[in-house]
Amino acid sequence: MSSLSTEVFAPSMLRRGATRTAGTIAADLVFSALLFVGTLVGVIALATLIWSIFDAGWARLAADPIAFLTGFVSRFPARAGIKVPLVGSAYLMVLTALFSFPIGVGAAIYLEEFAPRNRVTNFVEANIANLAGVPSVVYGLLGLGIFARFLRMGPSLLAGALTLAVMSLPVIIVAARESIRAVPESIRLGAYALGATKWQTVRRQVLPAALPGTLTGTILALSRAIGETAPLLVIGLPIVIFSLPNDLRDPVSALPLLIFDWTSRAQAAYAEAAAAASIVLLALLLAMNAVAIFLRSRYTIRW
Amino acid sequence: MVATPPELSVTRRKARTGERLIVNALFTCAVLSIAVTVGIIAVLLFDAVEFFRESSFFDFLTGTVWAPGQGAGVGGRYGVLPLLNGTLLIGLGSLVVGLPLGVLTAIYLSEYASNRIRGVLKPTLEILAGIPTVVVGFFALQFITPSLLRPIFGEERVFIFNAAAGSIAVGLMILPIIASISEDAMRAVPSSLREAAFGLGSTKRQVSVRVVVPAALSGIAASVILGLSRAVGETMAVTIAAGNSPKMTLNFFESIQTLTASIAQTVRGEAAAGTVRYNSLFALGMALFLITLGMNLLSARIVRRFRQVYS
Repeated sequence: MSSLSTEVFAPSMLRRGATRTAGTIAADLVFSALLFVGTLVGVIALATLIWSIFDAGWARLAADPIAFLTGFVSRFPARAGIKVPLVGSAYLMVLTALFSFPIGVGAAIYLEEFAPRNRVTNFVEANIANLAGVPSVVYGLLGLGIFARFLRMGPSLLAGALTLAVMSLPVIIVAARESIRAVPESIRLGAYALGATKWQTVRRQVLPAALPGTLTGTILALSRAIGETAPLLVIGLPIVIFSLPNDLRDPVSALPLLIFDWTSRAQAAYAEAAAAASIVLLALLLAMNAVAIFLRSRYTIRW
Repeated sequence: MVATPPELSVTRRKARTGERLIVNALFTCAVLSIAVTVGIIAVLLFDAVEFFRESSFFDFLTGTVWAPGQGAGVGGRYGVLPLLNGTLLIGLGSLVVGLPLGVLTAIYLSEYASNRIRGVLKPTLEILAGIPTVVVGFFALQFITPSLLRPIFGEERVFIFNAAAGSIAVGLMILPIIASISEDAMRAVPSSLREAAFGLGSTKRQVSVRVVVPAALSGIAASVILGLSRAVGETMAVTIAAGNSPKMTLNFFESIQTLTASIAQTVRGEAAAGTVRYNSLFALGMALFLITLGMNLLSARIVRRFRQVYS
């Protein structure tokens, strides 16, 4: 009883928690320090990565950015430029978006608005979830087997874009479904009450409301696709070419492929060039992410 | 899945033909995803079968030497175990890095961080997750090995290409996955559980360790399995940093080769279509597909079970 009364009448102890021993307090401190340090390691790793890339490549890029961005791949790494793979990546990105966005949004609309609750729907949903986890190199084998070889596209712009589109599809479907689901039921019921048909409701009410979220998800999926190397490597896209594609069936190169090629060469000048090209790629991806975040914060409707 | 138009009007028209066409088109989009899966399995199976016609299935599963033949008609030895060994090393090594860091980050984000810090940390992790794997590989080769591993463990012990650098690189890649899925699981733990523990006099650490983490354990487990599956499927960072020497070893400082790196090496060598080596790509792809599929299914099953607890 006496110990209880001292605790009750000692407000300073109450504030710190009456049952805490010195050991508990020490353990609490150690634990929060551990959490903080553990979290910090990831942040430091990211900072170190970006610093080391800039450290290795900034001088090369800043010396003559125009020449680097518009020059052609060369046998002499100190003179090499990234024009063809950079523009190739842009071509691939636009085509990938053209293929994957309509199909992904179409599938998402069907699954959210029209699909009956049955075994086919369940199977399609489970299948999409599994596709999202398939390694990108396996998508490369799909592209090699089906697009490049079976459909005789060869290592072309078309085969590359189709492969990246198939890879991005599950991600886009998931993002589009989430934003369609976020549109409240009252919007749909309101449209029905005004005599709209189901498709009219989806087309004129649900889709516009779900667009910002869908676009954000699509841009993030595309920025992942554009940083991918393995699928393009597997379907056999060339690294060193000197002309831009004029046709869907022409070969195309991509920035990550070039970075990979330069990284795997021994000379220091190649490492510098690889780091400089990595800076360009990171800047591109960061810009895409910024657009996605902007769209999300500016246009997303809070219901 | 969402509500159908209310069936209350006698004058409600039957769905128009145009509308039915649209729904059919949308259905086709959804079913296309099944075609993708069928395509993957068909492609892998077709050439893997070709491969096993010329190279024994038993030798593939039990062989300890991976030494593909170089030209057309040249035999070579195709034992997958050294590649599985390499993949296992990277998987375990990346978990050593990614699991503790990911879970600590998740606890910090879910239980400790203020909204402002969360607002900074979450996008930072997203950026880390979005860095192209080829750039992470460059970082591993040019920084982790020469500036981190070699000064600590010694030049003569650490090879230029080594499993440790690959593991750290892949570990950094799976950290955001583990952190974000684990955090979701922890935030899904009802606050009533936390409040009850606080009411009994627990400190924040005790609530985190004894209530939140156990309650979210299945979600954390699912995130770890998913991270492991990503690590197994990762290609570029391990190709660049961990080397291309298929071997049976447990030494993280040696050069190894993973399943994925072997695929990348074979396609770079431009093996002609129809050769045994070319067909071996698809046998490796099949192994990779099955391993990652198994882990993804396991992870999804754990998540489903976990959802039933609190909803």
